[in-house]
Amino acid sequence: MILSVLIASIAVYSWKLLGYLIPERFITDKFRDFAERVTVSLLAAMVMIQGFTVTGEVVVDARLPALLVAALMLWMRAPYILVVIAGAAVAAGLRMLGL
Amino acid sequence: MNKQVLSTSVSVGIATGLYGVSFGAIGVAAGLDVLSVMILSLLMFSGGSQFAFVGVLAAGGAPITAVTSAWLMGIRNSFYALRLTSVIGPRGLMKVLAAQLTIDESNAVSAAQSSSKDQKAGFWLTGVAVFVFWNLATLVGALAGNLMGSVEQWGLDAAAAAAFLGLLWPRLRESWQLALLGAAAAIATTPFLPPGIPILIAAAVAVIPLGGKK
Repeated sequence: MILSVLIASIAVYSWKLLGYLIPERFITDKFRDFAERVTVSLLAAMVMIQGFTVTGEVVVDARLPALLVAALMLWMRAPYILVVIAGAAVAAGLRMLGL
Repeated sequence: MNKQVLSTSVSVGIATGLYGVSFGAIGVAAGLDVLSVMILSLLMFSGGSQFAFVGVLAAGGAPITAVTSAWLMGIRNSFYALRLTSVIGPRGLMKVLAAQLTIDESNAVSAAQSSSKDQKAGFWLTGVAVFVFWNLATLVGALAGNLMGSVEQWGLDAAAAAAFLGLLWPRLRESWQLALLGAAAAIATTPFLPPGIPILIAAAVAVIPLGGKK
């Protein structure tokens, strides 16, 4: 497993270094656009996987109200860290109540 | 040194540090040892990629899928680096160091400054602050994770979901259709495909031209 950890770390780092090494004129708008789009669809997928699945199965639980509260706070422009803490607190609280 | 830049950098560092505890705990809960979790925070050092990596493993996905998800999630850092090259102008070995500190937070704080001196300071200070707090927090989370029982009990799984929503939020205005499609693709394929693969399907959805045209 540690080998996968190292490979993944180097793979992620390589994106960062690449940006400092290639001259900007080689980057087309099309590729720039694609990178932004991949980020959006990946983040949306991660919200769903992290929020509504458990080991490969779709599960709706205390994370749904937690995400709704988080969305409301984001809409109200609350600081990022408060949004994350609120998400944890709502889910932990509901579970403590046995929901 | 501009005090306002310093205080912004430190507060961003502390904020991401709190979230780093969640990463550490989720990492060990996913079955990684403390050393592997620390390597991710020290070496990979990119929250989105790190959560993608342990998220796939926690769901029982194959290591290769975890590696690919983390790698794809890191693509945006390339574009921060492109932007930052002209702002901080690193040379030689400084490029290697600057690359390691190139993340959402350091790029954002730098971009928010008006003078070029503050943009440079914002990048380095935030990068270092987040690196220090994120790694300390990961260590605390990883060590405590073994003691504190389930990740769910503390709502850390929900915290991770909320964290991704927070990263996605500012991008929704321009690309909500794509986000909706990516989300739908991931959830709809989850019952039928091995864990981790739905994330890659969602990434593939990005090639469909939909909304967000400039």
